[in-house]
Amino acid sequence: MKPPVPRLQLQGLTKAYPTLVANDQISLTVEAGEIHAILGENGAGKSTLMKMIYGVTQPTAGQMFWEGTPVSIGSPAIARSLGIGMVFQHFSLFESLTVAENTSLSLGSSHTPSSAAQALQQAAARYGLEVHPEKFIHDLSVGERQRVEILRCLLQDPKLLILDEPTSVLPPQAIEGLFAMLRRLASEGCSILYISHKLQEIQQLCDRATILRAGKVVAECRPQEETAASLAALMIGRDTEPLPKRPPAASAKTIFAAEGLTLLSPDPYGTHLDNISFTVPQGTILGIAGVSGNGQRELLWALSGETRCPSPEMLQLHHEPIGHRGPAARRRLGMSVVPEDRLGTGAIPAMSLEENGLLTAVYTQPMVRHGLVDQKATHAFAQKCIAQFDVRCSGAQALAGALSGGNLQKFIVGRELLQTPQLLVCSQPTWGVDVGAAALLRRAIQSLAEQGSAVILISEDLDEILEVSDEVAVLFEGKLSPPMPASEASPERVGLLMAGVWQQQTHTGASTTSTSHRAGDGTRAASS
Amino acid sequence: MVAVGLTVLTGLIIFALLGKDPILGFQVFFVYPLRSLYGLSELLLKATPLALIGMGLAVGFRAGIWNIGAEGQFLFGAVFATGVALYLPSITGVSLLVMVFAGILGGMAWALIPAWLRARFHTNEILVSLMLVYVAQLFVSWLVFGPWRDPRGFNFPQTEMFDAAWLLPTLLSGSRLNLAFALTLIVLVIGHILLAKSYYGFSIRVAGESPTAARYAGLSERRNIYAGLLIGGACAGLAGMAEVAGPMGQLTDKASVGYGFAAIIVAFVGRLQPLGIGLAALVMALFFLGGEQAQQYLNLPGSISRVFQGLLLFYLLAADVLVQFRLVRTPPQTKGAT
Repeated sequence: MKPPVPRLQLQGLTKAYPTLVANDQISLTVEAGEIHAILGENGAGKSTLMKMIYGVTQPTAGQMFWEGTPVSIGSPAIARSLGIGMVFQHFSLFESLTVAENTSLSLGSSHTPSSAAQALQQAAARYGLEVHPEKFIHDLSVGERQRVEILRCLLQDPKLLILDEPTSVLPPQAIEGLFAMLRRLASEGCSILYISHKLQEIQQLCDRATILRAGKVVAECRPQEETAASLAALMIGRDTEPLPKRPPAASAKTIFAAEGLTLLSPDPYGTHLDNISFTVPQGTILGIAGVSGNGQRELLWALSGETRCPSPEMLQLHHEPIGHRGPAARRRLGMSVVPEDRLGTGAIPAMSLEENGLLTAVYTQPMVRHGLVDQKATHAFAQKCIAQFDVRCSGAQALAGALSGGNLQKFIVGRELLQTPQLLVCSQPTWGVDVGAAALLRRAIQSLAEQGSAVILISEDLDEILEVSDEVAVLFEGKLSPPMPASEASPERVGLLMAGVWQQQTHTGASTTSTSHRAGDGTRAASS
Repeated sequence: MVAVGLTVLTGLIIFALLGKDPILGFQVFFVYPLRSLYGLSELLLKATPLALIGMGLAVGFRAGIWNIGAEGQFLFGAVFATGVALYLPSITGVSLLVMVFAGILGGMAWALIPAWLRARFHTNEILVSLMLVYVAQLFVSWLVFGPWRDPRGFNFPQTEMFDAAWLLPTLLSGSRLNLAFALTLIVLVIGHILLAKSYYGFSIRVAGESPTAARYAGLSERRNIYAGLLIGGACAGLAGMAEVAGPMGQLTDKASVGYGFAAIIVAFVGRLQPLGIGLAALVMALFFLGGEQAQQYLNLPGSISRVFQGLLLFYLLAADVLVQFRLVRTPPQTKGAT
C-alpha cells in the first residue's frame, strides 16, 4: 500500500510582477477531505495564490501537483475540468436572471434551466439546504446568493473547493450554517481551501492552516492547537519593533471629534458604521487599524463629506458641527483628505499635475481670479509639491496617469500637506509605495502633527500605524474599539482587536438595541 | 483627418456603385458648392447652427452629460422666438435682443426637463432628451397647423412671415449669411475661454473625466448636470432662433432639418474643442450642401448627405479605437490538462 496521494501539492510556486513578488516560493499540501486555511493580512498574497490554483494567472516559477501528477493550469476552464471549484468574494451572478438560469449558464450547453433546477434541488437536499431555483437573484439576500454560488460549484462535483473570505458578506447566524455544510462536504472527501483573516473562524473550522506574510509561507500549524493571539502574531509578524514614541502633547485642545457616528453604507456590500466616537486633540495622530472591508471606506467618506451624516453633530471640527457639510465646505474649514484610491479619485489620470493640484488646493490657495484659473499659481504649487516631496516626473505638465503609483501618491499626499490643514484624514497613505518614499511620507505626516494639526490615519498596515500614531483604535465590522495610547499598543494586542476580540468583553444587550435604533434613523435621513 | 479621407473614399465607391461617375460625383459634392461667393456664404450659413449647437453640446459632453436632444431644444428656441415675433410690438434694435433671449430661454427650458429628471430621479438623460425631440417636433406641427397658421398662407403649415424688425441683419449683401454667424464666432471664443481657462470649465472636465474625483474634491454633481444640459440647450435654442429669424423668416413644420443631430457628430469630429468644432461644422455643412447638389445634378436621393455624416462619425470612432487598441487574434482555447 502506498500512502494516500495528496489532493493538491504546491512546490516553490512563485508569482513575480515587474515591481513586486506577490508569491515567493510557496509550498503547501492539501490532503483529500481536509479543510485547509490560508491565513494572512491583506496584501500577503492570498488572492494571487488562489488565482494561480484556479488558473486565472500563471505562476512564474514552481510546480503544481494534482493528485500526484504535475499539472499546469492555463485557464479556469482547465481548473474546473480537473475538479477545482472557486467561490469568489464578489459573486459572479446575473442579477436579472433566476437562480436556475444562472446555474445553467455556468454548467454549459448540457443543461437547460429546468434540468439545472432539478440538479440544484437534488444537491440542496443532499446538503440540507433550501433553494428556490425560480427566484431572481436580485430578490435574494447576500447569504442566499452565496449559497447559490456554492451549490453551483458543487454541481460540478469538485474535489477541491476554494472559498475566498466567504464569511465577509454573511451575518453571524448564517456563518454556522455555512460551516456545517463545509464540514459535511469535507467528510465526503472534498478538500476545501479556506481563505480568511478571521482567526476565530479558522480555529472553529479548519484542520490545518498555512500562514502567509508578504508573499511567503511563514508558518504551518494546526489552528486548534494555537491561541488567537499566537495566530495573530504569526500573521502580523513580530520582527518589527515599534519605534520610540514622541512625548504626547500635554492637555491639548480638541480639534476634531466624532460623536456616535452611525451611517448606513451607500454600497449594498458595504459595512455600516455603528456608533463610532473618538476625539483627536491638537498635535495628535490617531491611527485606525483594521482589515479592509470593516468600514474603512465608509468612515473615510463620512469624514471627507462625500457621504453626509444624518445629523450635523456627529462630526465636529473645533466644536463646530460639520456632519451636514460637503467636502468643499469642510476643506474651506481647514480639512484635507488623502483618499485610498489614488488614480481616479485622488488624481485624474488624463490631467496634468498642475490641474490635479488645482483639484483640491483651490479651496485654500489663491488659484482662481475672476473665475479664470491662474496658471502661474497652479504651476508654482505643482512645482513646489514636486520639489518638496521628491516626485519623480517629467515636470508639472506631466499627466498624472504617466506617474508611477508611488510618485503619484507622493504628489497627492504632498498636495494635501502643503495646504497645512488643521485636520488631515488619510487612508493608506503609503500603500504600494516603496520603503524610502513611505518613510518620507510618514515623516511628513508626523511633522504636520508636530506643527499642531490633528491627523487621522486609516491604514491596514499595522506596522505603519504603530510607528506613526500617538493613539491607536481598531475598526472592526463598522465599530471602533476604544482608542488606547500607542505606548500600550503591542502588535499582539492590536492583532486581537483586529479580529474583533474586544467585542466579546464589551458586548452587552443594551448597546445592540440602541445602535439598531440609530441605524434606522440613518436610513430615513439618507433616503429623504 | 484619416476619418475625413476615408469618408471621401467610401463616398467615391458609393457613387461608382450607384452607376455615377465618381469623379463627377466628387466634383458635384465637394467642389460645386464652393464655386462662388454665394456658395461660400451658404456654406457659412449652414455651418453656423452646426457650430453653435456643437459648441454647446461639447460642454455637456466634456461634463459627461449626454444630451442628444439638441434638435428639440433647437425647435423650442425657434418656437419661443416665433412667439415673441408674432405677439410683441416690433421696435428696431430692441426686438432682436428680446428675440435672442427668447431663443436661448426656449432651448434652456426644453433642456431643463431632462436635467431636472436626472438630478431628481436619476433618469437617463440620453433617453429623455432624445424622446423630447419628438415631442418638440409634434408640438411645432400642432402650432403651425393650428393656432399659429398664417391666415393668408393658403393653408400651408407655416406662420406669417416675420416683420423686418424681427429678422437678423445680413452681413453680406446678396447672401443669406446673417448676424448669427458673428454670434457663433463669439460663442466659440467664449467656449474656448470657458473650457480651457476658467475654473468652472475645469470643474466640468473633472466631472466628465472622473465622477469619483469630482465627488472627492467637493464638486456638485447636481450643478454639473444642470450646467451640462442648460448650456447645450441655450446654444441650441439660439441656433433655432437664428434659423427662423434668418434664412426662413417664419416657423414651418419643416424647421427641423437635423442640425441638432448633425451637431453631435460635429462636436465629436471637432474633438470637443472650439476650433475643431468650427472646422468640423464647415465639413458637415459641405455635406449638407453637397447632398443638395447631388440631388440637382446627379439625381441622387437627398439622404446621401446623411450617409456621409454617418460615415464620418463611423470612421472617426473606428480610427479612435484602432489608435488606442491593437487587434489581436486569440488562439483557439485548448481544452483539458496537459
